[in-house]
Amino acid sequence: MKTENQKAWFFVLPVLVLVAFNALIPMMTVVNYSVQETFGDNVFFWQGLDWFEQILRSDRFHAALGRQFLFTFLILIIEVPLGIIIALAMPRKGFWVPVCLVTMALPMLIPWNVVGAMWNIFTLPDIGLLGYFLNHVLGVSYDMTQNPLAAWVTIVTMDVWHWTSLVVLLAYAGLVSIPDAYYQAAKIDGASNWAVFRFIQLPKMKTVLTIAILLRFMDSFNIYTEPFVLTGGGPGNSTTLLSIDLVKIALGQFDLGPAAAMSLIYFAITLLVSWLFYTLMTKDDLN
Amino acid sequence: MLSWMAWTWPTALVFIGIFSAIGVLVLLEIRSPGGDTRKGVLGLSTTRGDRLFITLLGTSYIFLAWLGLFGMPLWYPLGLSILWGIFTFWKV
Repeated sequence: MKTENQKAWFFVLPVLVLVAFNALIPMMTVVNYSVQETFGDNVFFWQGLDWFEQILRSDRFHAALGRQFLFTFLILIIEVPLGIIIALAMPRKGFWVPVCLVTMALPMLIPWNVVGAMWNIFTLPDIGLLGYFLNHVLGVSYDMTQNPLAAWVTIVTMDVWHWTSLVVLLAYAGLVSIPDAYYQAAKIDGASNWAVFRFIQLPKMKTVLTIAILLRFMDSFNIYTEPFVLTGGGPGNSTTLLSIDLVKIALGQFDLGPAAAMSLIYFAITLLVSWLFYTLMTKDDLN
Repeated sequence: MLSWMAWTWPTALVFIGIFSAIGVLVLLEIRSPGGDTRKGVLGLSTTRGDRLFITLLGTSYIFLAWLGLFGMPLWYPLGLSILWGIFTFWKV
């Protein structure tokens, strides 16, 4: 029998403690809250699973969930192909490589709330550069504080502006790792550009793209700050995504019980989609 | 010290259940190693730990779906979850 060194477990210990403090213990508290009612002062009353039933059947939750899926779907369908196209167009060597990389990385360095504030000012109809240009130069009626469609266009564009770079950088990292020999072989076989992309570049990018899509899914599904600063969930409720609604329930109405139940359902959805996606994408690699 | 966590017995039992399940898997692995990945009916390669995860995740969805669609009581989803767990550990 093989002797195994079990010392490695001790090296994992600090991570375990850290995760316990910043994730596990708060998570347990949320579970405890979700079955109780409180009016503050650390006094709790047993409520059973009423909150879960209430949230699962509430139209408000269904609407927010629908908006959330729509938002995540829209940004993924735009950011992933766009990111791949930009990564393919970027130079692989030479003077322009660092210029392109730094330019791409810039939007990601800006904090979420600043991005929200920037786009808010940028798109205001009377003083914003874009808003003024659209309304007063092109004559297009555009006001994201009044019109739900304009608000949606703005939050989706903002997210594309902020996060396409992540897909670009990851896809680019996948592309530069392909040895020249593959391209030479493709050239000898007379492969078209599409064939090169489909059979060489895309398979080589698969792992990084999986990570990119997972990250973008989770981040966009949990997005809060940017739409909160930009539209505050408005006009009306038209851009009230799940997390914005959750904060309204938890901190606006101080309904900690329903908010806890809602965040557990929210967590279950994120967990399932991420797990499914990761499992399906890596299924073939393991065998 | 723990009053802010608002513990109740039912929720404590849920966590005790999850952690003891993980503990049982550890003991099982020490007593009879064999938790290597295998390919199940769903075409997934899973270890024992994966199967526990799939069982728990599935269970939470079975209960949530039942609560949303039918409400209390929850004996049927409990039965369904146990069946799902047996199926997962046996076939997946």
